[in-house]
Amino acid sequence: MWLPLFAASMHDLAKHAPAAIDWAALRRDFPILNQEVHGKPLVYLDSAASSQKPRQVIDAIVHYYEHDHSNVHRGIHELSNRATAAYEGARERTARFLNANTPEEIVFTRGTTESINLVAATWGERHVGAGDHILITELEHHANLIPWQQLARRKGAELLYIPVQGDNGRLDLSRLDELLTPKVKLFAFTHISNTMGTVNPAAELCRRAREVGAVTLVDAAQSAGHCLVDVQEIGCDFLVFSGHKILGPTGIGVLYGKPERFAEMPPYQTGGEMIVSVDWHEAKFKPAPHGFEAGTPHVAGAVGLHAAMDYLDDVGRRNIWEHDRDLAAYTYTRLSELPGVRLFGPGTDRAGLVSFLLEDVHAHDLVTMADGHGIALRGGHHCNQPLHRKLGVKSSARASFYFYNTREEVDKLIESVEKIRAFFAR
Amino acid sequence: MDVDFEELYQSVILDHSRKPRNFGPLPDPTVTVAGDNPTCGDEIALSLKIDPQADKVAGVGFTGSGCSICMASASLMTLKVKGKTRAEAGALLNDFQGMITGKTPEAEIPKALGDLRLLSGVRKFPQRVKCATLGWHALKGALAQTEGAAKFSVDPKDADL
Repeated sequence: MWLPLFAASMHDLAKHAPAAIDWAALRRDFPILNQEVHGKPLVYLDSAASSQKPRQVIDAIVHYYEHDHSNVHRGIHELSNRATAAYEGARERTARFLNANTPEEIVFTRGTTESINLVAATWGERHVGAGDHILITELEHHANLIPWQQLARRKGAELLYIPVQGDNGRLDLSRLDELLTPKVKLFAFTHISNTMGTVNPAAELCRRAREVGAVTLVDAAQSAGHCLVDVQEIGCDFLVFSGHKILGPTGIGVLYGKPERFAEMPPYQTGGEMIVSVDWHEAKFKPAPHGFEAGTPHVAGAVGLHAAMDYLDDVGRRNIWEHDRDLAAYTYTRLSELPGVRLFGPGTDRAGLVSFLLEDVHAHDLVTMADGHGIALRGGHHCNQPLHRKLGVKSSARASFYFYNTREEVDKLIESVEKIRAFFAR
Repeated sequence: MDVDFEELYQSVILDHSRKPRNFGPLPDPTVTVAGDNPTCGDEIALSLKIDPQADKVAGVGFTGSGCSICMASASLMTLKVKGKTRAEAGALLNDFQGMITGKTPEAEIPKALGDLRLLSGVRKFPQRVKCATLGWHALKGALAQTEGAAKFSVDPKDADL
Protein backbone atom coordinates (compact mmCIF):
# COMPACT_ATOMS: atom_id res chain seq x y z
CA MET A 1 0.00 0.00 0.00
CA TRP A 2 2.96 2.35 0.23
CA LEU A 3 3.19 2.90 -3.49
CA PRO A 4 -0.09 4.82 -4.08
CA LEU A 5 0.59 6.86 -0.97
CA PHE A 6 4.00 7.75 -2.23
CA ALA A 7 2.55 8.66 -5.64
CA ALA A 8 -0.05 10.87 -3.98
CA SER A 9 2.52 12.73 -1.93
CA MET A 10 4.70 13.26 -5.00
CA HIS A 11 1.68 14.65 -6.76
CA ASP A 12 1.00 17.05 -3.92
CA LEU A 13 4.60 18.08 -3.88
CA ALA A 14 4.48 18.89 -7.57
CA LYS A 15 1.27 20.82 -7.08
CA HIS A 16 2.65 23.06 -4.38
CA ALA A 17 6.19 23.50 -5.62
CA PRO A 18 6.79 26.58 -7.78
CA ALA A 19 7.00 25.67 -11.44
CA ALA A 20 10.66 24.93 -11.99
CA ILE A 21 10.56 25.64 -15.70
CA ASP A 22 13.31 27.66 -17.29
CA TRP A 23 11.15 29.55 -19.78
CA ALA A 24 14.11 31.59 -21.02
CA ALA A 25 15.95 28.39 -21.93
CA LEU A 26 12.90 27.11 -23.80
CA ARG A 27 12.74 30.37 -25.72
CA ARG A 28 16.30 29.79 -26.92
CA ASP A 29 15.03 26.65 -28.70
CA PHE A 30 13.30 28.95 -31.20
CA PRO A 31 15.96 30.28 -33.60
CA ILE A 32 13.56 32.65 -35.38
CA LEU A 33 12.89 34.66 -32.23
CA ASN A 34 16.52 35.74 -32.03
CA GLN A 35 16.39 38.52 -34.63
CA GLU A 36 15.67 42.19 -35.13
CA VAL A 37 12.93 43.62 -37.36
CA HIS A 38 13.04 47.29 -38.35
CA GLY A 39 16.09 47.58 -36.10
CA LYS A 40 14.22 46.42 -32.97
CA PRO A 41 14.30 43.03 -31.23
CA LEU A 42 11.43 40.93 -32.56
CA VAL A 43 8.46 40.63 -30.21
CA TYR A 44 6.32 37.91 -31.76
CA LEU A 45 2.74 38.21 -30.50
CA ASP A 46 0.94 36.41 -33.32
CA SER A 47 1.07 32.77 -32.25
CA ALA A 48 -2.71 32.37 -32.57
CA ALA A 49 -2.17 32.86 -36.31
CA SER A 50 0.84 30.54 -36.38
CA SER A 51 3.31 29.44 -33.74
CA GLN A 52 7.07 29.47 -34.23
CA LYS A 53 9.07 26.22 -34.39
CA PRO A 54 11.67 24.93 -31.95
CA ARG A 55 14.98 23.56 -33.15
CA GLN A 56 13.79 20.05 -32.19
CA VAL A 57 10.93 20.17 -34.73
CA ILE A 58 13.12 21.64 -37.48
CA ASP A 59 15.78 18.98 -36.79
CA ALA A 60 13.23 16.15 -36.90
CA ILE A 61 12.09 17.24 -40.37
CA VAL A 62 15.67 17.63 -41.61
CA HIS A 63 16.61 14.23 -40.18
CA TYR A 64 13.64 12.62 -41.87
CA TYR A 65 14.59 14.02 -45.29
CA GLU A 66 18.29 13.29 -44.81
CA HIS A 67 17.87 9.70 -43.64
CA ASP A 68 14.42 8.14 -43.89
CA HIS A 69 12.34 9.63 -46.69
CA SER A 70 10.47 7.44 -49.15
CA ASN A 71 6.84 6.86 -50.02
CA VAL A 72 4.73 5.16 -47.38
CA HIS A 73 2.60 2.02 -47.19
CA ARG A 74 3.57 0.59 -50.55
CA GLY A 75 7.28 -0.10 -50.57
CA ILE A 76 9.01 -3.27 -49.54
CA HIS A 77 12.38 -1.66 -49.16
CA GLU A 78 14.04 -0.36 -46.00
CA LEU A 79 13.42 3.36 -46.52
CA SER A 80 9.76 2.81 -47.24
CA ASN A 81 9.48 0.82 -44.03
CA ARG A 82 11.14 3.62 -42.10
CA ALA A 83 8.93 6.31 -43.65
CA THR A 84 5.83 4.24 -42.95
CA ALA A 85 6.93 3.68 -39.35
CA ALA A 86 7.56 7.40 -38.94
CA TYR A 87 4.17 8.33 -40.40
CA GLU A 88 2.19 5.75 -38.43
CA GLY A 89 4.25 6.57 -35.35
CA ALA A 90 3.04 10.15 -35.64
CA ARG A 91 -0.53 8.89 -35.81
CA GLU A 92 -0.01 6.83 -32.68
CA ARG A 93 1.58 9.86 -30.96
CA THR A 94 -1.38 12.05 -31.94
CA ALA A 95 -3.81 9.52 -30.47
CA ARG A 96 -1.89 9.68 -27.19
CA PHE A 97 -1.75 13.49 -27.37
CA LEU A 98 -5.56 13.60 -27.51
CA ASN A 99 -6.13 10.55 -25.28
CA ALA A 100 -7.96 8.84 -28.15
CA ASN A 101 -8.59 5.12 -27.83
CA THR A 102 -6.75 4.00 -30.93
CA PRO A 103 -4.57 5.47 -33.72
CA GLU A 104 -7.35 4.55 -36.18
CA GLU A 105 -9.32 7.47 -34.75
CA ILE A 106 -6.74 9.91 -36.17
CA VAL A 107 -6.89 11.08 -39.81
CA PHE A 108 -4.17 13.41 -41.07
CA THR A 109 -5.29 16.36 -43.17
CA ARG A 110 -3.77 19.63 -44.38
CA GLY A 111 -5.10 21.47 -41.34
CA THR A 112 -8.16 22.54 -39.40
CA THR A 113 -9.87 23.90 -42.49
CA GLU A 114 -9.51 20.68 -44.45
CA SER A 115 -10.57 18.60 -41.45
CA ILE A 116 -13.84 20.52 -41.15
CA ASN A 117 -14.45 20.48 -44.89
CA LEU A 118 -13.87 16.72 -44.86
CA VAL A 119 -16.55 16.21 -42.22
CA ALA A 120 -18.98 18.57 -43.98
CA ALA A 121 -18.45 16.87 -47.35
CA THR A 122 -18.77 13.30 -46.04
CA TRP A 123 -20.66 12.95 -42.78
CA GLY A 124 -22.62 16.15 -43.42
CA GLU A 125 -23.44 15.29 -47.01
CA ARG A 126 -24.84 11.92 -45.97
CA HIS A 127 -26.62 12.81 -42.72
CA VAL A 128 -27.90 16.37 -43.03
CA GLY A 129 -31.10 16.84 -45.03
CA ALA A 130 -33.75 19.42 -45.86
CA GLY A 131 -35.26 20.99 -42.75
CA ASP A 132 -32.52 19.68 -40.44
CA HIS A 133 -30.65 22.11 -38.22
CA ILE A 134 -26.90 22.70 -38.01
CA LEU A 135 -25.92 24.58 -34.86
CA ILE A 136 -22.73 26.63 -34.55
CA THR A 137 -21.82 29.78 -32.59
CA GLU A 138 -21.16 33.42 -33.43
CA LEU A 139 -17.58 32.93 -32.23
CA GLU A 140 -16.61 30.65 -35.09
CA HIS A 141 -13.62 31.26 -37.34
CA HIS A 142 -14.68 31.30 -41.01
CA ALA A 143 -13.23 27.77 -41.28
CA ASN A 144 -15.93 26.49 -38.92
CA LEU A 145 -18.67 28.64 -40.45
CA ILE A 146 -18.53 28.59 -44.25
CA PRO A 147 -18.40 24.76 -44.68
CA TRP A 148 -21.64 24.53 -42.64
CA GLN A 149 -23.20 27.53 -44.37
CA GLN A 150 -22.55 25.92 -47.75
CA LEU A 151 -23.73 22.49 -46.59
CA ALA A 152 -26.95 24.06 -45.28
CA ARG A 153 -27.48 25.80 -48.62
CA ARG A 154 -26.87 22.60 -50.59
CA LYS A 155 -29.23 20.58 -48.42
CA GLY A 156 -31.93 23.09 -47.58
CA ALA A 157 -30.96 22.75 -43.93
CA GLU A 158 -31.06 25.63 -41.46
CA LEU A 159 -27.88 27.09 -39.92
CA LEU A 160 -28.44 28.39 -36.38
CA TYR A 161 -26.07 30.37 -34.18
CA ILE A 162 -25.60 30.50 -30.42
CA PRO A 163 -25.25 34.28 -29.96
CA VAL A 164 -22.33 36.08 -28.35
CA GLN A 165 -23.37 38.37 -25.52
CA GLY A 166 -21.24 41.32 -26.71
CA ASP A 167 -17.73 42.66 -26.14
CA ASN A 168 -17.22 40.17 -23.30
CA GLY A 169 -17.09 37.38 -25.89
CA ARG A 170 -19.12 34.89 -23.87
CA LEU A 171 -21.77 32.73 -25.49
CA ASP A 172 -25.33 33.32 -24.37
CA LEU A 173 -25.85 29.76 -23.18
CA SER A 174 -29.28 30.61 -21.77
CA ARG A 175 -30.41 30.14 -25.39
CA LEU A 176 -29.03 26.60 -25.58
CA ASP A 177 -32.25 24.76 -24.70
CA GLU A 178 -34.14 26.64 -27.37
CA LEU A 179 -31.47 26.13 -30.07
CA LEU A 180 -30.13 22.65 -29.31
CA THR A 181 -33.22 20.58 -30.17
CA PRO A 182 -33.61 17.11 -31.67
CA LYS A 183 -33.71 18.83 -35.08
CA VAL A 184 -29.98 19.57 -34.72
CA LYS A 185 -28.01 16.96 -36.65
CA LEU A 186 -24.64 18.54 -36.05
CA PHE A 187 -23.32 20.94 -33.42
CA ALA A 188 -19.92 22.47 -34.24
CA PHE A 189 -18.19 24.95 -31.95
CA THR A 190 -14.82 26.37 -31.12
CA HIS A 191 -13.08 25.26 -27.95
CA ILE A 192 -11.27 28.61 -27.64
CA SER A 193 -12.25 31.71 -29.62
CA ASN A 194 -9.41 33.02 -31.80
CA THR A 195 -10.79 36.56 -31.54
CA MET A 196 -12.14 36.76 -27.99
CA GLY A 197 -10.06 34.25 -26.08
CA THR A 198 -13.27 32.79 -24.67
CA VAL A 199 -12.92 29.24 -23.34
CA ASN A 200 -16.11 27.31 -24.08
CA PRO A 201 -17.27 24.48 -21.78
CA ALA A 202 -16.64 21.79 -24.41
CA ALA A 203 -17.51 18.74 -22.30
CA GLU A 204 -20.75 20.29 -21.08
CA LEU A 205 -21.78 21.34 -24.61
CA CYS A 206 -21.07 17.84 -25.94
CA ARG A 207 -23.07 16.27 -23.10
CA ARG A 208 -26.03 18.48 -23.97
CA ALA A 209 -25.67 17.58 -27.66
CA ARG A 210 -25.73 13.86 -26.85
CA GLU A 211 -29.03 14.32 -25.01
CA VAL A 212 -30.67 15.42 -28.28
CA GLY A 213 -28.73 13.02 -30.50
CA ALA A 214 -26.64 15.69 -32.23
CA VAL A 215 -23.17 14.83 -33.51
CA THR A 216 -20.46 17.22 -32.25
CA LEU A 217 -17.37 18.75 -33.83
CA VAL A 218 -14.93 20.70 -31.66
CA ASP A 219 -12.58 23.20 -33.32
CA ALA A 220 -9.48 22.85 -31.16
CA ALA A 221 -7.21 24.99 -33.36
CA GLN A 222 -6.58 27.45 -30.51
CA SER A 223 -6.60 24.94 -27.66
CA ALA A 224 -4.70 21.80 -28.74
CA GLY A 225 -1.25 23.32 -28.26
CA HIS A 226 -2.12 25.41 -25.23
CA CYS A 227 -3.98 23.15 -22.78
CA LEU A 228 -4.76 19.49 -22.25
CA VAL A 229 -7.32 18.35 -24.81
CA ASP A 230 -8.78 14.95 -23.95
CA VAL A 231 -11.31 13.70 -26.49
CA GLN A 232 -12.72 11.14 -24.04
CA GLU A 233 -13.24 13.73 -21.35
CA ILE A 234 -14.78 16.16 -23.85
CA GLY A 235 -16.91 13.39 -25.34
CA CYS A 236 -17.00 14.84 -28.87
CA ASP A 237 -17.61 12.94 -32.11
CA PHE A 238 -15.02 14.95 -34.07
CA LEU A 239 -12.17 17.22 -33.01
CA VAL A 240 -9.90 19.13 -35.35
CA PHE A 241 -6.70 21.19 -35.20
CA SER A 242 -3.68 22.33 -37.23
CA GLY A 243 -0.06 21.35 -36.74
CA HIS A 244 1.37 24.80 -37.42
CA LYS A 245 -0.36 26.38 -34.42
CA ILE A 246 1.19 23.85 -32.02
CA LEU A 247 4.89 24.18 -32.97
CA GLY A 248 4.55 21.84 -35.97
CA PRO A 249 4.96 22.55 -39.68
CA THR A 250 2.32 24.01 -41.98
CA GLY A 251 0.33 21.67 -44.20
CA ILE A 252 -0.41 18.99 -41.60
CA GLY A 253 -3.54 18.83 -39.49
CA VAL A 254 -5.62 16.40 -37.54
CA LEU A 255 -9.15 15.07 -37.68
CA TYR A 256 -10.08 12.97 -34.68
CA GLY A 257 -13.28 10.97 -35.13
CA LYS A 258 -15.14 8.30 -33.25
CA PRO A 259 -14.92 4.94 -35.10
CA GLU A 260 -18.72 4.75 -35.43
CA ARG A 261 -18.74 8.18 -37.14
CA PHE A 262 -15.94 7.27 -39.56
CA ALA A 263 -17.77 4.03 -40.35
CA GLU A 264 -20.84 5.93 -41.58
CA MET A 265 -18.92 8.32 -43.85
CA PRO A 266 -18.43 7.96 -47.62
CA PRO A 267 -14.91 8.63 -48.96
CA TYR A 268 -13.68 12.23 -49.24
CA GLN A 269 -11.00 12.35 -51.92
CA THR A 270 -10.36 9.17 -53.85
CA GLY A 271 -7.22 7.78 -55.48
CA GLY A 272 -4.11 6.01 -54.30
CA GLU A 273 -3.46 4.82 -50.73
CA MET A 274 -7.17 4.72 -49.83
CA ILE A 275 -8.28 1.65 -51.80
CA VAL A 276 -8.52 -2.06 -51.08
CA SER A 277 -9.03 -3.08 -54.69
CA VAL A 278 -9.87 -1.38 -57.96
CA ASP A 279 -11.57 -2.65 -61.12
CA TRP A 280 -12.38 -0.77 -64.33
CA HIS A 281 -15.82 0.22 -63.07
CA GLU A 282 -15.74 -0.10 -59.30
CA ALA A 283 -13.46 0.18 -56.32
CA LYS A 284 -13.39 -0.93 -52.69
CA PHE A 285 -12.17 1.52 -50.09
CA LYS A 286 -10.17 1.15 -46.91
CA PRO A 287 -11.75 2.06 -43.58
CA ALA A 288 -10.49 5.00 -41.51
CA PRO A 289 -7.97 6.37 -41.19
CA HIS A 290 -6.38 5.44 -44.54
CA GLY A 291 -9.71 5.57 -46.38
CA PHE A 292 -9.71 9.34 -45.79
CA GLU A 293 -6.09 9.93 -46.80
CA ALA A 294 -5.98 9.65 -50.58
CA GLY A 295 -2.62 10.22 -52.23
CA THR A 296 0.87 10.41 -50.78
CA PRO A 297 0.49 12.04 -47.37
CA HIS A 298 2.59 14.81 -45.82
CA VAL A 299 4.99 12.41 -44.11
CA ALA A 300 7.54 15.08 -43.17
CA GLY A 301 4.70 17.14 -41.74
CA ALA A 302 3.58 14.23 -39.56
CA VAL A 303 7.19 13.73 -38.41
CA GLY A 304 7.41 17.41 -37.46
CA LEU A 305 4.06 17.24 -35.70
CA HIS A 306 5.28 14.22 -33.71
CA ALA A 307 8.32 16.18 -32.55
CA ALA A 308 6.10 19.15 -31.69
CA MET A 309 3.84 17.01 -29.50
CA ASP A 310 6.85 15.51 -27.74
CA TYR A 311 8.17 19.01 -27.10
CA LEU A 312 4.83 20.28 -25.75
CA ASP A 313 4.42 17.35 -23.41
CA ASP A 314 7.99 17.69 -22.17
CA VAL A 315 7.15 21.24 -21.11
CA GLY A 316 3.70 20.17 -19.94
CA ARG A 317 0.52 21.57 -21.37
CA ARG A 318 -0.76 22.49 -17.92
CA ASN A 319 2.32 24.64 -17.41
CA ILE A 320 1.92 26.22 -20.85
CA TRP A 321 -1.73 26.97 -20.13
CA GLU A 322 -0.87 28.77 -16.88
CA HIS A 323 1.98 30.68 -18.53
CA ASP A 324 -0.11 31.88 -21.51
CA ARG A 325 -3.06 32.83 -19.34
CA ASP A 326 -0.84 34.77 -16.99
CA LEU A 327 0.51 36.82 -19.92
CA ALA A 328 -2.99 37.44 -21.30
CA ALA A 329 -4.33 38.49 -17.90
CA TYR A 330 -1.35 40.81 -17.42
CA THR A 331 -1.88 42.31 -20.90
CA TYR A 332 -5.59 42.74 -20.29
CA THR A 333 -4.95 44.56 -17.01
CA ARG A 334 -2.21 46.80 -18.42
CA LEU A 335 -4.29 47.72 -21.49
CA SER A 336 -7.37 48.41 -19.38
CA GLU A 337 -5.34 50.99 -17.45
CA LEU A 338 -4.75 53.02 -20.63
CA PRO A 339 -7.36 55.58 -21.67
CA GLY A 340 -9.30 55.02 -24.89
CA VAL A 341 -8.71 51.27 -25.12
CA ARG A 342 -11.61 48.99 -26.00
CA LEU A 343 -10.98 45.40 -24.93
CA PHE A 344 -12.70 42.33 -26.31
CA GLY A 345 -13.33 39.01 -24.64
CA PRO A 346 -13.94 37.95 -21.06
CA GLY A 347 -12.21 39.80 -18.23
CA THR A 348 -11.56 36.53 -16.42
CA ASP A 349 -11.06 32.91 -17.53
CA ARG A 350 -9.55 33.89 -20.84
CA ALA A 351 -7.09 32.00 -22.99
CA GLY A 352 -3.70 33.40 -24.02
CA LEU A 353 -4.78 36.18 -26.37
CA VAL A 354 -6.17 39.71 -26.15
CA SER A 355 -7.99 41.65 -28.89
CA PHE A 356 -8.35 45.38 -28.52
CA LEU A 357 -8.88 48.69 -30.26
CA LEU A 358 -7.57 52.19 -29.63
CA GLU A 359 -10.16 54.94 -29.79
CA ASP A 360 -9.83 56.92 -33.05
CA VAL A 361 -7.01 54.71 -34.34
CA HIS A 362 -7.75 52.17 -37.06
CA ALA A 363 -6.41 48.68 -36.27
CA HIS A 364 -4.28 48.68 -39.43
CA ASP A 365 -2.59 51.93 -38.44
CA LEU A 366 -1.95 50.51 -34.99
CA VAL A 367 -0.50 47.24 -36.32
CA THR A 368 1.70 49.02 -38.89
CA MET A 369 3.17 51.26 -36.20
CA ALA A 370 3.62 48.40 -33.70
CA ASP A 371 5.48 46.54 -36.45
CA GLY A 372 7.83 49.50 -36.59
CA HIS A 373 8.55 48.87 -32.92
CA GLY A 374 9.41 45.26 -33.73
CA ILE A 375 6.09 43.94 -32.44
CA ALA A 376 4.15 41.45 -34.58
CA LEU A 377 0.41 41.77 -33.97
CA ARG A 378 -2.55 40.62 -35.98
CA GLY A 379 -4.84 43.33 -37.34
CA GLY A 380 -8.07 42.74 -39.20
CA HIS A 381 -11.19 40.71 -38.67
CA HIS A 382 -9.24 37.56 -37.66
CA CYS A 383 -11.35 35.49 -40.07
CA ASN A 384 -14.48 36.39 -38.19
CA GLN A 385 -16.24 39.10 -40.18
CA PRO A 386 -19.82 38.59 -38.93
CA LEU A 387 -18.72 38.81 -35.30
CA HIS A 388 -16.84 42.07 -35.90
CA ARG A 389 -19.90 43.41 -37.71
CA LYS A 390 -22.08 42.48 -34.75
CA LEU A 391 -19.73 44.34 -32.39
CA GLY A 392 -19.89 47.35 -34.71
CA VAL A 393 -16.20 47.34 -35.64
CA LYS A 394 -14.42 46.65 -38.91
CA SER A 395 -11.35 45.15 -37.39
CA SER A 396 -9.35 44.83 -34.22
CA ALA A 397 -5.75 44.33 -33.15
CA ARG A 398 -4.78 41.09 -31.43
CA ALA A 399 -1.84 40.09 -29.28
CA SER A 400 -1.57 36.32 -28.84
CA PHE A 401 0.89 34.50 -26.65
CA TYR A 402 2.83 31.30 -26.33
CA PHE A 403 5.22 30.00 -23.72
CA TYR A 404 8.18 31.67 -25.44
CA ASN A 405 6.73 35.12 -24.73
CA THR A 406 7.60 37.10 -21.61
CA ARG A 407 6.17 39.83 -19.41
CA GLU A 408 8.97 42.10 -20.66
CA GLU A 409 7.52 41.68 -24.15
CA VAL A 410 4.08 42.67 -22.87
CA ASP A 411 5.68 45.77 -21.32
CA LYS A 412 7.11 46.61 -24.77
CA LEU A 413 3.65 46.20 -26.27
CA ILE A 414 2.13 48.56 -23.71
CA GLU A 415 4.89 51.09 -24.32
CA SER A 416 4.25 50.84 -28.06
CA VAL A 417 0.47 51.25 -27.67
CA GLU A 418 1.03 54.34 -25.51
CA LYS A 419 3.36 55.85 -28.13
CA ILE A 420 0.85 55.13 -30.90
CA ARG A 421 -1.98 56.70 -28.92
CA ALA A 422 0.09 59.82 -28.29
CA PHE A 423 1.13 59.97 -31.95
CA PHE A 424 -2.43 59.91 -33.27
CA ALA A 425 -3.64 62.33 -30.61
CA ARG A 426 -1.13 65.02 -31.60
CA MET B 1 9.13 58.55 -33.36
CA ASP B 2 10.63 56.52 -36.13
CA VAL B 3 11.54 58.33 -39.32
CA ASP B 4 9.52 56.08 -41.64
CA PHE B 5 6.36 56.65 -39.65
CA GLU B 6 6.80 60.39 -39.62
CA GLU B 7 6.83 60.09 -43.38
CA LEU B 8 3.88 57.72 -43.57
CA TYR B 9 1.68 59.61 -41.15
CA GLN B 10 2.39 63.27 -41.83
CA SER B 11 0.20 65.85 -40.17
CA VAL B 12 -1.62 66.70 -43.42
CA ILE B 13 -2.52 63.03 -43.79
CA LEU B 14 -3.72 62.75 -40.20
CA ASP B 15 -5.72 65.95 -40.67
CA HIS B 16 -7.45 64.61 -43.80
CA SER B 17 -8.18 61.27 -42.14
CA ARG B 18 -9.80 63.01 -39.16
CA LYS B 19 -11.66 65.62 -41.20
CA PRO B 20 -12.06 64.18 -44.68
CA ARG B 21 -13.02 66.79 -47.31
CA ASN B 22 -16.03 66.31 -49.60
CA PHE B 23 -17.22 63.69 -47.11
CA GLY B 24 -20.89 62.85 -47.14
CA PRO B 25 -23.48 61.83 -49.72
CA LEU B 26 -23.53 63.90 -52.93
CA PRO B 27 -27.05 64.97 -53.89
CA ASP B 28 -28.24 63.86 -57.31
CA PRO B 29 -25.02 62.11 -58.47
CA THR B 30 -24.41 61.01 -62.06
CA VAL B 31 -22.49 57.91 -60.96
CA THR B 32 -21.78 56.17 -57.66
CA VAL B 33 -19.20 53.44 -57.26
CA ALA B 34 -18.78 51.59 -53.96
CA GLY B 35 -15.70 49.54 -53.21
CA ASP B 36 -14.51 47.51 -50.29
CA ASN B 37 -11.27 45.91 -49.21
CA PRO B 38 -12.24 42.41 -48.06
CA THR B 39 -9.03 41.89 -46.10
CA CYS B 40 -9.59 44.80 -43.73
CA GLY B 41 -13.25 45.72 -44.15
CA ASP B 42 -12.57 49.28 -45.33
CA GLU B 43 -15.36 50.65 -47.53
CA ILE B 44 -15.60 53.72 -49.72
CA ALA B 45 -18.49 54.85 -51.93
CA LEU B 46 -17.58 57.63 -54.35
CA SER B 47 -20.16 59.76 -56.18
CA LEU B 48 -19.45 62.05 -59.11
CA LYS B 49 -21.63 64.65 -60.71
CA ILE B 50 -20.56 64.98 -64.35
CA ASP B 51 -21.29 68.12 -66.36
CA PRO B 52 -22.24 66.50 -69.71
CA GLN B 53 -21.45 69.61 -71.84
CA ALA B 54 -17.90 70.05 -70.62
CA ASP B 55 -17.49 66.36 -69.65
CA LYS B 56 -16.13 67.65 -66.37
CA VAL B 57 -16.38 66.51 -62.76
CA ALA B 58 -18.70 69.18 -61.40
CA GLY B 59 -19.27 67.63 -58.00
CA VAL B 60 -17.73 64.89 -55.88
CA GLY B 61 -18.55 63.27 -52.55
CA PHE B 62 -17.62 60.11 -50.70
CA THR B 63 -18.82 58.10 -47.74
CA GLY B 64 -17.43 55.11 -45.89
CA SER B 65 -14.80 54.26 -43.33
CA GLY B 66 -11.24 53.08 -43.30
CA CYS B 67 -7.78 53.51 -41.84
CA SER B 68 -6.06 56.89 -41.88
CA ILE B 69 -4.19 56.15 -45.13
CA CYS B 70 -7.38 55.11 -46.90
CA MET B 71 -9.43 58.09 -45.73
CA ALA B 72 -6.71 60.68 -46.33
CA SER B 73 -5.99 59.37 -49.81
CA ALA B 74 -9.67 59.51 -50.79
CA SER B 75 -10.09 62.96 -49.27
CA LEU B 76 -7.05 64.40 -51.08
CA MET B 77 -8.20 62.75 -54.30
CA THR B 78 -11.62 64.45 -54.19
CA LEU B 79 -9.99 67.89 -53.83
CA LYS B 80 -7.81 67.22 -56.84
CA VAL B 81 -10.40 65.68 -59.15
CA LYS B 82 -13.06 68.37 -58.84
CA GLY B 83 -13.28 70.50 -62.00
CA LYS B 84 -11.19 68.09 -64.06
CA THR B 85 -12.31 66.58 -67.38
CA ARG B 86 -12.52 62.81 -67.58
CA ALA B 87 -9.24 62.76 -69.52
CA GLU B 88 -7.51 64.96 -66.93
CA ALA B 89 -8.83 62.82 -64.07
CA GLY B 90 -7.56 59.73 -65.89
CA ALA B 91 -4.10 61.27 -66.17
CA LEU B 92 -4.15 62.11 -62.44
CA LEU B 93 -5.03 58.52 -61.72
CA ASN B 94 -2.02 57.29 -63.72
CA ASP B 95 0.30 59.72 -61.97
CA PHE B 96 -0.95 58.58 -58.56
CA GLN B 97 -0.59 54.91 -59.44
CA GLY B 98 2.97 55.41 -60.63
CA MET B 99 3.85 57.10 -57.35
CA ILE B 100 2.08 54.78 -54.93
CA THR B 101 3.34 51.53 -56.46
CA GLY B 102 6.89 52.87 -56.68
CA LYS B 103 7.05 52.58 -60.49
CA THR B 104 7.84 56.28 -60.77
CA PRO B 105 11.27 57.09 -59.29
CA GLU B 106 11.08 59.45 -56.32
CA ALA B 107 12.69 62.34 -58.22
CA GLU B 108 10.20 62.03 -61.07
CA ILE B 109 6.97 62.13 -59.06
CA PRO B 110 4.89 64.77 -60.91
CA LYS B 111 4.51 68.10 -59.11
CA ALA B 112 0.95 68.16 -60.42
CA LEU B 113 0.02 65.64 -57.70
CA GLY B 114 0.35 68.42 -55.13
CA ASP B 115 -0.45 67.33 -51.58
CA LEU B 116 -1.01 63.78 -52.83
CA ARG B 117 2.77 63.54 -52.93
CA LEU B 118 2.67 63.38 -49.14
CA LEU B 119 1.37 59.83 -49.60
CA SER B 120 4.55 58.74 -51.40
CA GLY B 121 5.81 57.22 -48.12
CA VAL B 122 3.21 54.47 -48.51
CA ARG B 123 5.31 52.81 -51.22
CA LYS B 124 7.69 51.63 -48.51
CA PHE B 125 4.84 49.69 -46.88
CA PRO B 126 3.68 47.20 -49.55
CA GLN B 127 0.85 45.83 -47.39
CA ARG B 128 -0.61 49.34 -47.06
CA VAL B 129 -0.68 50.26 -50.78
CA LYS B 130 -4.18 48.80 -51.10
CA CYS B 131 -5.33 51.15 -48.31
CA ALA B 132 -4.16 54.17 -50.29
CA THR B 133 -5.74 52.99 -53.53
CA LEU B 134 -9.27 52.04 -52.45
CA GLY B 135 -10.75 55.48 -53.21
CA TRP B 136 -8.86 55.53 -56.50
CA HIS B 137 -10.31 52.19 -57.56
CA ALA B 138 -13.69 53.78 -57.00
CA LEU B 139 -12.64 56.81 -59.10
CA LYS B 140 -11.49 54.58 -61.93
CA GLY B 141 -14.83 52.76 -61.87
CA ALA B 142 -16.76 56.03 -61.74
CA LEU B 143 -14.87 57.53 -64.70
CA ALA B 144 -15.51 54.43 -66.78
CA GLN B 145 -19.20 54.62 -66.14
CA THR B 146 -21.66 57.05 -67.70
CA GLU B 147 -24.47 56.72 -65.17
CA GLY B 148 -25.93 54.61 -62.36
CA ALA B 149 -24.33 52.73 -59.50
CA ALA B 150 -21.79 49.94 -59.28
CA LYS B 151 -20.10 47.88 -56.62
CA PHE B 152 -16.75 46.10 -56.53
CA SER B 153 -14.29 44.47 -54.21
CA VAL B 154 -10.57 45.13 -54.43
CA ASP B 155 -8.37 42.13 -55.00
CA PRO B 156 -5.79 42.62 -52.24
CA LYS B 157 -3.02 41.22 -54.44
CA ASP B 158 -3.77 43.69 -57.22
CA ALA B 159 -1.97 46.98 -56.73
CA ASP B 160 -2.74 48.13 -60.28
CA LEU B 161 -5.43 50.70 -60.76
